[in-house]
Amino acid sequence: MEFAELIKTPRADNVVLHRPFEPAVEGTLCLTGHHLIFSSRRQDNAEELWLLHSNIDSIEKRFVGSLGTIVIKCKDLRIIQLDIPGMEECLNIASSIEALSTLDSVTLMYPFFYRPMFEIVEDGWSAFLPEKEFEFLNALTDEWRLTYINKDFSICPSYPPVVTVPKSIDDETLQKVAVFRHGGRFPVLSYYHKKNGMVMMRTSQPLTGTNGKRCKDDEKLINSTLGPGRRGYIIDTRSLSAAQQARAKGGGFEVEVYYPQWRRIHKSVERFNILQESLIKLVEACNDQSHNMDRWLSKLEASNWLTHVKEILTAGCLAAQCIDREDASVLVHGTEGTDSTLQITSLAQIILDPDCRTIRGFESLIVREWLQAGHPFQQRCAQSAYSNSKQKWEAPVFLLFLDCVWQMLHQFPCSFEFNEHFLVTLFEHAYASQFGTFLGNNENERSKLKLPQKTMSLWSWVNQPEELKNFKNPLFEANSLVIWPSVAPQSLQLWEGVFLRWNRPSKFLDEAQEEMRKIISDNRVLQEKLWDNSYFLSPFDWLPKEAVSYKLRSALCFCPIAG
Amino acid sequence: MVYRWLFFGRKNVRTLRIITFLCQNVGTVRIVLPQVENVRLLDRLSSRKAAVGTLYLTATHVIFVENGSETRKETWVLHSQISSIEKQATTATGCPLLIRCKNFQVIQLVIPQERDCHDVYISLIRLARPVKYEELYCFSFNPKLDKEEREKGWKLVNLSEEYNRMGIPNSYWQISDVNREYGVCDSYPTEVYVPKSATAHIIVGSSKFRSRRRFPALSYYCKDNNASICRSSQPLSGFSARCLEDEQMLQAIRKANPGSDFIYVVDTRPKLNAMANRAAGKGYENEDNYSNIKFQFIGIENIHVMRNSLQKMLEVCEMKSPSMSDFLWGLENSGWLKHIKAIMDAGIFIAKVLIEKDWVSFGHKFNHRYGNLDGDPKEISPVIDQFIECVWQLMEQFPCAFEFNERFLIHIQHHIYSCQFGNFLCNSQKERRELKIQERTYSLWAHLWKNRADYLNPLYRPDHRQIWGTLHPQMAPCNFLYKFWSGMYNRFEKGLHPRQSVTDYLMAVKEETQQLEEELAVLGERLANLQKLQLNGNKVKSKQQDRSKELALSASSNSLANTPQEYSNDLKSFPSRSPSQGDEEDSALILTQDNLKSSDPDLSANSDQESGVEDLSCRSPSAGGCLPSEDSGKDSDEAVCLAV
Repeated sequence: MEFAELIKTPRADNVVLHRPFEPAVEGTLCLTGHHLIFSSRRQDNAEELWLLHSNIDSIEKRFVGSLGTIVIKCKDLRIIQLDIPGMEECLNIASSIEALSTLDSVTLMYPFFYRPMFEIVEDGWSAFLPEKEFEFLNALTDEWRLTYINKDFSICPSYPPVVTVPKSIDDETLQKVAVFRHGGRFPVLSYYHKKNGMVMMRTSQPLTGTNGKRCKDDEKLINSTLGPGRRGYIIDTRSLSAAQQARAKGGGFEVEVYYPQWRRIHKSVERFNILQESLIKLVEACNDQSHNMDRWLSKLEASNWLTHVKEILTAGCLAAQCIDREDASVLVHGTEGTDSTLQITSLAQIILDPDCRTIRGFESLIVREWLQAGHPFQQRCAQSAYSNSKQKWEAPVFLLFLDCVWQMLHQFPCSFEFNEHFLVTLFEHAYASQFGTFLGNNENERSKLKLPQKTMSLWSWVNQPEELKNFKNPLFEANSLVIWPSVAPQSLQLWEGVFLRWNRPSKFLDEAQEEMRKIISDNRVLQEKLWDNSYFLSPFDWLPKEAVSYKLRSALCFCPIAG
Repeated sequence: MVYRWLFFGRKNVRTLRIITFLCQNVGTVRIVLPQVENVRLLDRLSSRKAAVGTLYLTATHVIFVENGSETRKETWVLHSQISSIEKQATTATGCPLLIRCKNFQVIQLVIPQERDCHDVYISLIRLARPVKYEELYCFSFNPKLDKEEREKGWKLVNLSEEYNRMGIPNSYWQISDVNREYGVCDSYPTEVYVPKSATAHIIVGSSKFRSRRRFPALSYYCKDNNASICRSSQPLSGFSARCLEDEQMLQAIRKANPGSDFIYVVDTRPKLNAMANRAAGKGYENEDNYSNIKFQFIGIENIHVMRNSLQKMLEVCEMKSPSMSDFLWGLENSGWLKHIKAIMDAGIFIAKVLIEKDWVSFGHKFNHRYGNLDGDPKEISPVIDQFIECVWQLMEQFPCAFEFNERFLIHIQHHIYSCQFGNFLCNSQKERRELKIQERTYSLWAHLWKNRADYLNPLYRPDHRQIWGTLHPQMAPCNFLYKFWSGMYNRFEKGLHPRQSVTDYLMAVKEETQQLEEELAVLGERLANLQKLQLNGNKVKSKQQDRSKELALSASSNSLANTPQEYSNDLKSFPSRSPSQGDEEDSALILTQDNLKSSDPDLSANSDQESGVEDLSCRSPSAGGCLPSEDSGKDSDEAVCLAV
């Protein structure tokens, strides 16, 4: 298919662009296969707006005489309005945008056409290999092994080829367990807590059905991860009644008699269309221009978004609490084990593991716990808050996770190496991107699409030093502690950076950010200078400057034996 | 700061001795029960985290000291902060006593014996409601400043200097002595600023036509465009009455801005209330009788509505583990943020009018509602809270525009009710003079000024005004910009707040930057000398070690008391270690940022660990303190001798 067929009017002049908080601009509108490009002709302040078609969530058109108006609502929640003279042009453009923003085939998406203008220092596709991660684990414990049982995706289509399982369990057993678990998602290691050796595993619901089927191998696997006298918690992300109802459809939950060392906790987290509805209502409330305070608060309440944030964060905290405070291992699952399960396992890791609060560690977490773990990004992020399609599989599961991370960032502003902008960027790219990272629903699909060969990884771009600096939190001070967020309603706030991003003037907040950076960088510059100066005066000038940090060096310089 | 913290343990030993001392002195106060053992202080976030300790009643404070081994945590509450005491039904564990404070602290105690609880309850009711001004803490509070310092403190904020700053007096405005000896209006100060053309006859005439004789007087003057804000009370217009002098007065105000043809008269009440007031002989200005006025109602509800609203919101804050819906629904239902927004809208309207070079004269009570800090807290409450919150809401929208930070606002709010300083006493300048407030009490501003480093906003840009001009808060889609201020209303639930303070972190960095600059200068000098002397291998000593200590502090002071909340009730079913145990590791590094601030008024006693244990009096001054000195104890025997 040629994109040109879909573009009847590739260009329109005298188009007026309206955006909130900015004066209307007149300019030229161009349509390409993947972009809507608006460029203003003003000499003094020429600007260009590039919008990916895949970022467009919905489009509305209306006419006043021959002047057409298109309102474009984007997946990143932005709304822009274009006034296009000429009815035919306007209709053509609207129908082109509609067609181009709803392309069926993944291989027609922009990532397959995007050619980066930057030099790739490190290929993001191979930056986070399970084998590498396993090396770190293996240095700490020898109770786990990598299994390649799923290398052709035959055991579990939504798992990656390589997963970590208990050493004592052989592949034959795994195969049997996979049959007993929804979608073949047998229990795998998600996180190992260095401090006390406790682990977090994730899986999907057991297929017990109404007659209470059991699987000895499943029991063996799960029980084997606990030493004698040890205890564990199974966190089921459904309510007890939902879990009981699931038996009628062949699903179910672990019966405690067969898993004697484990206790089951039901921590209900909403799924699917309930979340999507919530997002739609929230964004509607945020876009409501009415001046009535009461209506705003009741709409915010009615959207239930913050309730979901609270539920998910609480469940994540609970998992972390079991591991760190109760010295117990944890097994997490819901139904499929691809949504709420991943929210909880990844949030728990951020709470427990300081590495996950660095940029690199967070990227690794997203790769491990979301991409490789088989969160169906393509289905979930097909549409955003302005969609009318109401498909069951669309749900802002990942956005809710990012929101929870933001809540923690807000409560621990100095404990994260990345800033809010990083989280917002991930949200944007999950919904529409020039990179292939979030395409496909699992590793199986990604390998079939040959994404690593045919597209660029988001991480290749993010991890360039000049990009990376935009994502750094100037306040970051590495903090090795477990961070326990508050989940009280008073502590949870609307994530303005996403939901009010386009509805509030940002210049004063940007100014504050800039001032913050300035304060920190002034300090750094002086430290550098002092470093240089003391370097000349130091008896240690034989040490290469890069070899020791400033702090270490000054400690060396001034310790008594130095002379 | 470091020092004080390091000696945390010792401080407590000392405090206990002080308590003993206080309790002896309390003998004269006839507190029925000065001390109760085995009292439990409940944690509002987690029912499992109750602390057992001893409750002390002193002449000025309720003090709870935890029994714990190492850190005997103390909770001090000034009697004047108590807004209500509630004795609840006795349970198996004891008799619960709920103390609500004006600074939004809520203390839940469980006292083992019902009789003890009753005694404490009766004593507190009496102690929390002093009859005479002299019983207030500020008359016994003595920060050991000499007379000169005390006077200096009172002169820190000088009204006439403020007006000078605005460019007053000038050719249009002057000081009038019409109110000397408070002859015209006893709730106005003696010096009032009025238009030059307003004669004493006009002023007096106008005052007779105004409720409580509060005639229109200048409140703010903008020298760039001659625009001004005046304030007054409602006119006694009834249904038809008019007053020539009052009309002349407004005329004079209009003429004081030669560039303007009319003035806005802004009535802050809802129109309905103003109309209803006409039946009582009061009312609002009739546009027909006044030439060139534009009349505008703004619809800020009256103080009773506001008090109700605050009450409702505080109930929401007090809920035990509310769901998100409970909280948001309750917040909406309280209407508090709606009122805040109404007040902000009024302020924005007036600011806009000012910018448009017009004249504004206020309807009644605006001073009470909008910034006149000198009111009786009981009468105006929660107007002052709302004003403070409005400032906070502005700070959230304009992070670089304010020199002070959130802590400054919270501490002012605290001291408005603490009655530790004389500033907020009485209803008028007249009463304050009669009570000799300035000679007998201390000024809060001096106290705040001394600790100003704690109140600075690191992001403040003095050039903000030049770059952006006046603040233009968002009028249009701004509902969601008004947020619940948990820092104030859940101020004592530290667990609810961000655990790391950006403000404190940035202040520490700024401080360090300054030190680095100094070091760099020293090093530069040395380097120059060295090069001159051609010496090698000379060691350089500087303040490096101090610096690394500072760094460590900035890092550690930034991580806060951090333990899990109750994330699930299900965990109880599992026979295991309680999650509240084993916090030691995390707590080691952990401090609440507020606890590090010498200025924090909630800190019982600290900041002077260097000084001697026995020296009681030196504790209070810097502590923001809560203890009367020995001297004042003697002075105020009469004042604290309460019949209970």
